Amino acid sequence: MSTAVLTERAAAAPRGRVTQGNVVRSEWTKLMTLRSTRWSLLAGFVSMAGLGILVAAVQMGRWAQLAPHERATYNSLDTAVGGYHLAQLAVGVLGVLVIAGEYSTGMIRSSFMAVPKRLPVLWAKIGVFAAVTFVLTLVASFIAFFAVQAIVTQHGQQHSLGDPGALRIVVGTALFLTLLGVMTTGIGALVRNTAGGIALFVFLLFVLPGITGILPASVADSISPYLPLNAGTVIATSTFENSNHLSPWGGLALFAGYAALAVGAAAVGLLRRDA
Amino acid sequence: MSTVYDLRWRQVHPHERWWRSAFSPIMEDMIEVDHITKRYGEKVAVDDLTFTVKPGIVTGFLGPNGAGKSTTMRMILGLDAPSAGRVEVNGKAYRDLQAPLHEIGAMLEAHAIHTGRSAYHHLLAMAQTHGIARTRVNEVIELVGLEDVARKRVGGFSLGMGQRLGIASALLGDPGTVILDEPANGLDPEGILWIRNLLKGLAADGRTVFLSSHLMSEIALTAEHLVVVGRGRLIADTTVAEIVAQASLNGAVRVRTPDAAQLRSALAADGVTVASAERGVLEVQGIESERIGAIAAQHGIVLHELTPHRASLEDAFMALTGDSVEYHAAGLDRLPTELEHAA
Repeated sequence: MSTAVLTERAAAAPRGRVTQGNVVRSEWTKLMTLRSTRWSLLAGFVSMAGLGILVAAVQMGRWAQLAPHERATYNSLDTAVGGYHLAQLAVGVLGVLVIAGEYSTGMIRSSFMAVPKRLPVLWAKIGVFAAVTFVLTLVASFIAFFAVQAIVTQHGQQHSLGDPGALRIVVGTALFLTLLGVMTTGIGALVRNTAGGIALFVFLLFVLPGITGILPASVADSISPYLPLNAGTVIATSTFENSNHLSPWGGLALFAGYAALAVGAAAVGLLRRDA
Repeated sequence: MSTVYDLRWRQVHPHERWWRSAFSPIMEDMIEVDHITKRYGEKVAVDDLTFTVKPGIVTGFLGPNGAGKSTTMRMILGLDAPSAGRVEVNGKAYRDLQAPLHEIGAMLEAHAIHTGRSAYHHLLAMAQTHGIARTRVNEVIELVGLEDVARKRVGGFSLGMGQRLGIASALLGDPGTVILDEPANGLDPEGILWIRNLLKGLAADGRTVFLSSHLMSEIALTAEHLVVVGRGRLIADTTVAEIVAQASLNGAVRVRTPDAAQLRSALAADGVTVASAERGVLEVQGIESERIGAIAAQHGIVLHELTPHRASLEDAFMALTGDSVEYHAAGLDRLPTELEHAA
C-alpha cells in the first residue's frame, strides 16, 4: 500500500543536502543521459580527429598537382587541427543546448526547485561540459596530430611536437573549443531558447566577421582581430591571414574574456529573472 | 509567524518548548503566503494574496483557470519572485532552504522534465543534487507504478505517465510538505482514483499537502481546508465543511402537487420564496422539505413529489467565483438558465 511505503521510508531515508559537489554529479548525469548530447560529443570528437586526417590524405595524394607556392606554404600543423572548423559547430550548439534545452522543456524549474540558489547549477553545467569537451577535443587533437604527421611524412612535411608552435597549436585548439563551449553555454542561459541561442552563436561567431568584410578595409582591419572567433582561433593556426592579428595567447585571453562576459551576464540573469 | 503556529506553540509546555527549539531545527511543515502580488507588465496575476497552508492537513487551492494558482505556487517554490510581499516555507524563504527536496516536494502543471531523458535518469539527476541514494529513486518509481517504462524517454509518455513521474519527483526527497498543481489533470478514472488514494495516504502520514484544482468536486474529496482565489485575489479561506453547509442552505425544494395554488398560499411566510417553472411544480426556497411536508399534511394537500435538491459543491464554487472567471463562455453559460425559464 502506498501509505505503508511512504511511512516506512520516512524513517529510513537519510537526509542529504545541496552541495556544489552533489550538483556537479547531477549535471554529469544530465549531460550523459541525453541522446542529443552523446551524438553532439561524438560528432565533435570524430570531426576534430578525422577531418584533418582526411584532408591530409587527399593533399598527399594530389601533392604532385599542387602549385609550387602551395607546396612551399604547406603546413601540416594547420591541417592536423583543421577539424576544429567542424568541431566548433558541434561544441557550440551543444553548449547552447546544455542549458537552453532545459528552458525549452521546462526542466530548468526542476533544476531550480532542487537547487534554489541557482548559481551552483550554472557553475556545475559549465564545469562538467567544459571538462568533457576539453578531454575529448584534446585527445582528438592529439590523434589528428600524430596521424597527420604519419601521413605527410611521404612528402617530408612532418612536424614533431617539439617544433615551435606545435604543442601550442595542438593543446590550444582544445582550449579554444572548450572556451567556445563555455561561451555558448552562457549564451544559452541568456537567451533561454534553443533556436534563439544557436542563432546568436552563429551570428556572433560566423556572421559578424563576414559583416566586417563589407566595411572599408581600414576599419575592418582594426576591428576584425578583436572579433570573438578571429581572436580565439589564432591559437589554432601557424599562419595568419590577417597581418594585424593578435598573439596566440593574447587572442585566446580575449576570447576567454568574451566567454566570461557571456557567463557573467548569464549568472546575473539567472538570479534576477523568473524561471 | 502565523497565529495558528503561535497558538500551538503556546500550548507546548515551556520545558518542552526549549527542547523542541533546541533539537528540531525544522519547524512544522507549513507555508505562509504574506501579501504577495505578481505583476506581468500591466496584468496583475496575483493581487495581495495572504493565506497559510496549515501543517498536517490537505489544503485545497481552488480557482478558475487563470486565477493565479500556478503563479502563486511558482512563487512559493522560489521560481518566480513576487513583485511585492513574501513567502515562507517552514519559516524560511525557499531560496534559503539547505535541502529543499527534503522539505517540500512539488509537481507543477507544466511538466518540468526534459523530454529526452528517461524517467529513471531524470529522478537520478534530481536525487544527486541532494546526495539521495539510487535505492530511493527505485522506490519512488515503484511507488508511482512506472517500473516498466522507467528506462524509456519521457517524451513518449502519456499525460498520465507524466503525471505519475511528476509525483515521483515530488516524493523523491520524502518531504514533509507536498505541493501538487492540478494532479488529476489528464488522468483516466483509474488514475484519478490512484491520486485520491495517494493523497489520503500522504495526509494519513501527517504530511502537509497543498493541492490546486479548478474542480471543486475533486478537491472536496480530499481536502480539509480550502483557499479559494479568483483573478489573483483571495475569495475564501475556509473549511470544506463550511462550504458544504453554505451550499445546502441555498438549496431549493421541488414540490409536485395538483393543488399548487393552495400550497403556495399555505407556505407564504417570511423568507420563503416560491417559484413555479411548470404547471403543478413549485420550487420552494428558504424552508426545509420536512416543514413543507408537515404544512401540506395540515392543509390536506396531496403531494406527488417532494425533493430537496442541495446545491452541489460545484454550484457553491460557481457562486463564490462566478464574478472572477476570466474567460466566460457566454453562450454556453446562459443556455441552461434560459431553458429553465422557458419551461
